[in-house]
Amino acid sequence: MLGIDDGGIVLAYFLCIGSMLLCVGYGILNWNKGLELECEEIDEEMKWEELEHEIENRL
Amino acid sequence: MYAKVIITVIYLAIVGYLGYLGFRNTKDSNDYLIGGRKIHPMVMALSYGATFISTSAIIGFGGISSIFGMSLLWLTFLNIILGVFIAFVFFGKRTRKMGHQLDAHTFPEFMGKRFDSAFIQKFSAIIIFLFMPMYTAAVMIGAATFLQSSLKIDYNVALFFFAVIIALYVFFGGLKGVMYSDAFQGALMFVGMLVLLISVYTGLGGISEAHGKLTEMMKNPLVLELIKAPPGFTGWTSMPTIFSNAWWVIVSSLVMGVGIGVLAQPQLVVRFMTVKSNRELNRAVPVGGIFIFMMAGVAYIVGPLSNVYFFEKVGKLSAEAAGGTDNVIPMFLDQFMPEWFVTIFLVIVVAAGMSTISSQFHTIGTSVGWDLFGQKAKNEEQTMLITRIGMLVAIIITVFLAYFMPKVWDGAIAISTGLFFGICAAAFLPMYIGAIYCKKMPKSAAIGGMLSGFATSILWMMFVHTKESSVIKISALLFHKQTIAPEGSLLGVVDPIIISLTVSIIVTVVITLVSKDTSIEEHAGRCFKGLNA
Repeated sequence: MLGIDDGGIVLAYFLCIGSMLLCVGYGILNWNKGLELECEEIDEEMKWEELEHEIENRL
Repeated sequence: MYAKVIITVIYLAIVGYLGYLGFRNTKDSNDYLIGGRKIHPMVMALSYGATFISTSAIIGFGGISSIFGMSLLWLTFLNIILGVFIAFVFFGKRTRKMGHQLDAHTFPEFMGKRFDSAFIQKFSAIIIFLFMPMYTAAVMIGAATFLQSSLKIDYNVALFFFAVIIALYVFFGGLKGVMYSDAFQGALMFVGMLVLLISVYTGLGGISEAHGKLTEMMKNPLVLELIKAPPGFTGWTSMPTIFSNAWWVIVSSLVMGVGIGVLAQPQLVVRFMTVKSNRELNRAVPVGGIFIFMMAGVAYIVGPLSNVYFFEKVGKLSAEAAGGTDNVIPMFLDQFMPEWFVTIFLVIVVAAGMSTISSQFHTIGTSVGWDLFGQKAKNEEQTMLITRIGMLVAIIITVFLAYFMPKVWDGAIAISTGLFFGICAAAFLPMYIGAIYCKKMPKSAAIGGMLSGFATSILWMMFVHTKESSVIKISALLFHKQTIAPEGSLLGVVDPIIISLTVSIIVTVVITLVSKDTSIEEHAGRCFKGLNA
């Protein structure tokens, strides 16, 4: 197949293409996911800043 | 010649501008060290890929593949599935989140804070400081050698020029300067390799025809006489005989060393912490996958196929015709590709080198300026100054090595890369996996794994693995032979990573299971907040 007799090489060739397509597919399916954490992190940062401010005032 | 100089100057002007943009947007140590945690996913992915793929992959491994053949495509597969997919999805997201919670700016700091151990931070930084310059110097040597043969300038001048240009935008621009220029360089690299692949396959009559010619060469007795690959090599389009000499070299050094080692590379891990949410990492995955496929896949297809061209033209195989594996790709391009492409490719190889070297300088610099000496700073300004001084120290040491490190073996670039990746994998990988997945892992397990992995790597290199032991010469000094491996055994070609990573995994797991130390359990609980542990 593809001018190559050895199954091990043909497999490697197609696994390279397959893994690339896996990355593309994963990205497309999850394109807009994962942002919900950002809002949590913004809240967390605001809490940290408030806490730091409080500590500074006490000091 | 003038076209080459003009194109190089234009390329450098663009890189200089991007470095300047980085400098302008760098206001504090957060910006300098992790790009302010606000880097665009495409920039992050291209920077990751461009940092990962250096002159090593194109010139070094591409050249090695002219000897060992397409079995190196297994490395491409590992590079994509481990180096991008597993790395981004299973390591990157947790690293990003935990790194944010720990307020970590570097890989050593991430590990140190996660296990509440200043020793881990410092020792990791020392490993980076001692060994990354060698890997960096190897990349610099490759890029400067290429510049020397392309632009016909003196090697020392090429090296100096490289060092100064990169130093400028790393020193001033920090990680933003590095990543913006990486993205540009990555885009160039991608286009260049795509054109190369299409040209080579077209030139040989198509994909199947090209592979067929390579396969047919093994039926030619003249070719068989010329083959210099280790025993076990069965052809460029077939796998080596299992457990043969060639098999061990390919599988252990080249495939495993880099394929697995990529997961624990400090300069790559830090990039997971540069984006603001997991959404960015999701978007970076396809960019990374396509990029690595193009870079690594093309190099390991063109390398073997170059033998068809060289044999037809001069009756010799690539490595012999070019005078060494590191010269195969440059000479192949020079002789068989049109002038305009060679001109563009010069810039692409320079870009591949610069993107990796800049990231390495940045990582070595931060290991000195932030991890080892950063706490001496009293304020933000001092922090930035110390980090920049660290950067300068890193650059000077690397350039020194690149000037004086003798070219002691053929394929130095690929071997140095595999070596460094192997040390990092053995010292850092079990500890890193435990850091993001195992809340119960005690500090002692992390330290034990790190030290045992590191020590085993060094000892195996000094006394057993002939590629290094023959150069380091300590085995010869003490035992009057290059390797203490028994006569006739293949231990001398088993890469250090196989042994050292196994040792560090065992040590880490055993200590984790056996230890009753719960001193950092509460702290670990806080580190895992928001992660599904």
